[in-house]
Amino acid sequence: MISVPSKEKWQGALYSLVVVLVGWWLVSWLLRLPIIPSPFAVFINIAEVFSTRMEVHVLYSLGRIMGGIMVSILIGVPLGYLMGAFERVNRLLSPLVYFTYPVPKLALLPIVMLLFGLGEASKLIMIVLIVVFQIIVTSRDAVRSIPQEIFRSLRSLGASRLQVFTEIILPASLSEVLTATRLALGTAVSILFFTETFGTEFGMGYFIMDAWLRVDYLDMYGGIVVLSFMGFLLFTVIDLLDSYLSSWR
Amino acid sequence: MIAVKDLSVKYKSNRGEVQALNKVNINMAAGDLYTVIGPSGCGKSTLLYVLSGILTDFEGSVLINGKPVNPRTQRIGLILQNYGLLPWKTVYQNVTLGLKIKYGHTGLNEDGRHLLQQLGIDDLLNRYPKELSGGQQQRVAIARAFMLKPDLLLMDEPFSALDAITREEIQELFLETWQKNPVNTVFVTHSVDEALYLGRKVAVFSPSPGRILEVADNPCFHKDKLQFKDEYHEMSMHLRSLLSKG
Repeated sequence: MISVPSKEKWQGALYSLVVVLVGWWLVSWLLRLPIIPSPFAVFINIAEVFSTRMEVHVLYSLGRIMGGIMVSILIGVPLGYLMGAFERVNRLLSPLVYFTYPVPKLALLPIVMLLFGLGEASKLIMIVLIVVFQIIVTSRDAVRSIPQEIFRSLRSLGASRLQVFTEIILPASLSEVLTATRLALGTAVSILFFTETFGTEFGMGYFIMDAWLRVDYLDMYGGIVVLSFMGFLLFTVIDLLDSYLSSWR
Repeated sequence: MIAVKDLSVKYKSNRGEVQALNKVNINMAAGDLYTVIGPSGCGKSTLLYVLSGILTDFEGSVLINGKPVNPRTQRIGLILQNYGLLPWKTVYQNVTLGLKIKYGHTGLNEDGRHLLQQLGIDDLLNRYPKELSGGQQQRVAIARAFMLKPDLLLMDEPFSALDAITREEIQELFLETWQKNPVNTVFVTHSVDEALYLGRKVAVFSPSPGRILEVADNPCFHKDKLQFKDEYHEMSMHLRSLLSKG
């Protein structure tokens, strides 16, 4: 992984934000269609409606996405560690993982909804179903890529299994697990949007689709901007966590 | 003291069962320094893995100070070719890793701090391994091993990845450290010169399955300007002929 100094990173983020806004403004100015409002109108609208109508949807979406990622980590990381550390577990589970990995899980949404209802459970399960595989595979590979010498030198010191876990497996794989989580985040946001268009009246997915049906394009764009910003914010948090915890790289 | 009696090790590979060691016997007096030399694949490393308690599936007996090998109760230092440092720990954390695992603390006493000074790494303590040269990393590995005052110190071709000049420096530094802390040491190498310079005794292994052909008393141990001495040429010829005959 190339480590970019954080100052350059921020400059890059600012630069791309400016490019997107200028491009957006140009297109809206050239076409002058109600379906493409100017970014300024959209931002002013966000400022007006955020605390009154949007906030609750943001909180719902944020809760679902963090819940989904948490559950995926809680399931995926231990499973990946077990598969990485014990060849027998790996032989048992990896065909299962490889077989189910390419199944388009979004297509399972009807089944999940039939089994778990239209409520929060199905939304969480959909996110977990899609994200957990990435995390399992990454955690497993992270453990398997630790050189044998490192285990040997610790075992010759008489380390217990717990010490091998806390001194080697956890720190060695942490960065990769965080990277996988960051990648999974992008996927999770799209699934979130999709699942929130069904069976709920809360969440950014609902907010955007509802604005669309009401032909309220300012609200619709505002929803998209806020959802993107939410994704970016979560992304940045994981990024900062990673660079703080993996300064040894 | 270290007593190895009729040690045989077999392991399974794709080509069936392979015998790595065949009835190896070693009796090491307390505070002795053995170098082990042999052709590659002769089971030298296997011997170290048995002695360090990593490999437990063997025939025969291996006793350290009269007790079977057990890294939990005995202090064993292991220094490997690629140092075996943990890249996510600083030099200080690496050096004190053995103390942390054995005794649950990472504080250094006077001896410990002195050891770091002696090895010239006392001003590198907050760095991570990737910020060190190969020679410095190996010094850290040596410090970590000696820090425990081990019952048995095992070294598996530790200096072979270093360039020639650094290697000579580290060999010298290792011998100085060892003479101040004389612990039982088994030093595996594939270099005849290294075996002669560093070993009080030199054990010569046959090609696979490894047997000990001879344990020779070494008159060349820690001799200055070794290459110009007669005993060096005699020993060197003797070892080389043993190795080539197998």
